[in-house]
Amino acid sequence: MARRTKFVDSDILIIGGGFGGCGAAYESRYWGRGLKIVLVEKANIERSGAVAQGLSAINCYMGMQWGENQPDDFVRYTRGDLMGLVREDLVFDVARHVDSTVHKFEEWGLPIIKNPQTGRYLREGKWQIMIHGESYKPIIAEAARKSATEVYNRVMVTHLLLDRVRPNQVAGAVGFSVRDGSYYVFRAKAVIVAAGGGSHLYRPRSVGEGMGRTWYAPWSTASAYGLLIPTGALMTQMENRIVLARFKDGYGPVGAWFLLLKSHATNAYGEKYEESRFEEIKARVGKYADIKPMPTCLRNHAMLEEMKAGNGPIYMHTQHVLDTKEKEEVGWEDFLDMTVSQAVVWAAQNIDPKEQPSELITSEPYVMGSHATCSGAWASGPEDLAPADYQWGYNRMTTVAGLFGAGDTIGGSAHKFSAGSFTEGRLAGKAAVKYVLDLKGAPPQVDEAQVAALKEMIFRPLENYRVGRNEIVAGTVSPSYLTPLQGLQRLEKLMDEYVGGYSTFYVTSEPLLNRAMELLGMLKEDMEYLGAEDLHQLQRAWELHHRVLTAEAVTRHTLFRRETRWPGYYYRADHPQLDDAEWHVFTASQYDAQTGEWRMSKLPVHHIV
Amino acid sequence: MPTYTDMTRCDGCGECVDICPSDIMHIDPVYRRSYNIEPNFCWECYSCVKACPQHAIDVRGYADFAPLGHKVRVLREPEKGAISWKIRYRDGRVKEFAFPIRTTPWGSIKPPSDYAVPDAAALNSPMLAHEPEALKIAALPTLSPRDKEKV
Repeated sequence: MARRTKFVDSDILIIGGGFGGCGAAYESRYWGRGLKIVLVEKANIERSGAVAQGLSAINCYMGMQWGENQPDDFVRYTRGDLMGLVREDLVFDVARHVDSTVHKFEEWGLPIIKNPQTGRYLREGKWQIMIHGESYKPIIAEAARKSATEVYNRVMVTHLLLDRVRPNQVAGAVGFSVRDGSYYVFRAKAVIVAAGGGSHLYRPRSVGEGMGRTWYAPWSTASAYGLLIPTGALMTQMENRIVLARFKDGYGPVGAWFLLLKSHATNAYGEKYEESRFEEIKARVGKYADIKPMPTCLRNHAMLEEMKAGNGPIYMHTQHVLDTKEKEEVGWEDFLDMTVSQAVVWAAQNIDPKEQPSELITSEPYVMGSHATCSGAWASGPEDLAPADYQWGYNRMTTVAGLFGAGDTIGGSAHKFSAGSFTEGRLAGKAAVKYVLDLKGAPPQVDEAQVAALKEMIFRPLENYRVGRNEIVAGTVSPSYLTPLQGLQRLEKLMDEYVGGYSTFYVTSEPLLNRAMELLGMLKEDMEYLGAEDLHQLQRAWELHHRVLTAEAVTRHTLFRRETRWPGYYYRADHPQLDDAEWHVFTASQYDAQTGEWRMSKLPVHHIV
Repeated sequence: MPTYTDMTRCDGCGECVDICPSDIMHIDPVYRRSYNIEPNFCWECYSCVKACPQHAIDVRGYADFAPLGHKVRVLREPEKGAISWKIRYRDGRVKEFAFPIRTTPWGSIKPPSDYAVPDAAALNSPMLAHEPEALKIAALPTLSPRDKEKV
């Protein structure tokens, strides 16, 4: 079939127009005035990425101007929350710059709520500030549009390209237009991957219409990792998936309720279960149980034990804290800004939060690098902070030359959230400008044969469908192809049942993980037979490819780490204890696209604070 | 369902198709109006509801867990910098809220290229654009060499 190919050349290519990508666009333009900067996004940057819907808080702000917190305080906090393992150089770097990002957001027009007594930003908690954030993303998108030379909306990037003769140097990316089906070849000197983390790797609790109401957006399709892994970039902490305690079904956030409104959670019998389970937690994880505030995973663990004991439903007692009109508005806006579905649940189930409590539950697991978790690429750290073995030239560059990352892409750099991801995009953007200006000799060259082969591969699901569809009368059951949804649901089921999803209370083990690898192997073979009815389904097909590759990394890393580091996120039943003697390290993997082999290793954790 | 489109209000303009982060609002080829092609990939993010000039798109909560009879309606007015919500419960109770969404005119952000060109040497410093002024502290924090030696 004749299909148009469009070539787009740039100095810096930014993949993904969420907060990381928008930050990268802004900063790379500031430092690289004459450079061609191209931003490509599978949706529309006006409302794309994890913040598409909006947010009600900025969860990473130091307040250094008022002496509220310092970057080293933030390092101690994230290190504790992640049970000892974060890249402290990367975390410190985000923390020391994030205030300038937030001040810029306010100047641009983001309404940040002030404390009427102090005139400072209203604190939700120690690190969080409250915003009227319904239009958070459109505001940030405006800044990105004014920064990039060109923005390509509705182009799904499927693969990165490496240099024809230097196999460890990036040369661009390929993908397709979801609207007109053109094949896109982006040739670039540097690439910043700012794509999303992964929802729908695990079976969601709601599986009918409600399967779209995952906590992280359904369009966060693990492309951050699915793009990087085939390049051989070193990946880290891929086992460190996150489980969220949230309002049941709508997945409304709990932060403002716990921290600002001072609500509390109990089991069905009114007992504050976290306190009563402390000794059992201490026996599992030792000194980490004493960390204040209690790490996110351990709070999940306490809730899970209550649920297993039949002490559910778990309730958030909203009815005790909405005693003024102002507080009621804060509570509702928290959902209407960022999780309208929870307001829908309240209206549908006749729950007035002023009068009765709401159920909480733990979500299905997610794989990401920007929340209370830190999966992602192993990246070079900042020159003035990083220990020698964390530093190889350019800040936020992966182990592939010229390939940078930000937001969910970068591993070890937890608790960035929106403002921190934008900040990390800025760091990557500035470093990429420096890389491009330093680049000597001929620009990177794509491999024409590879570009042609990828074109055939990317559009093959359309052909699979066209041929297979003629073999059956109607419907979705074909002996020759799988729809992307059928493939996705096979992935979700096996990850849930074997790799620690909610149906096993997040428990897995070596035999279960080995069985998962067998089934994942067959799923990978079947991925050749995805059938796509149209370009929209072709997008779904490539999203699934990114998810499957990421799921394999998660499974391999989970197998490699023989301990239970984060009870409440997942459990290795065959290694139930936290083991600092052997596993106070980062896990790392490197995929070899030629042989299909994965090499696992340990990387050191350095404490610089 | 999550989102659905009212047959009599939709004029097929395609604003919802253009904005949907999940690419699930499409134009029906027969009726020339939009509809949600994949409700199970809808996040109920309301991007299409807010963008629809005809107010033709609404949400019926996910059938798995949302009993019928509710409405959560929204009016986003970018030019006024405001958004208003009207929530109708299954049992008929009504709540209304309004919040600001932006404090500056749309389109008013100063592009990075409108600032003075930074000094070439600054490219090698750890400083980002507008720093240290935008940090509102005297200097960018770093670690002392003694701290780095601890590793």
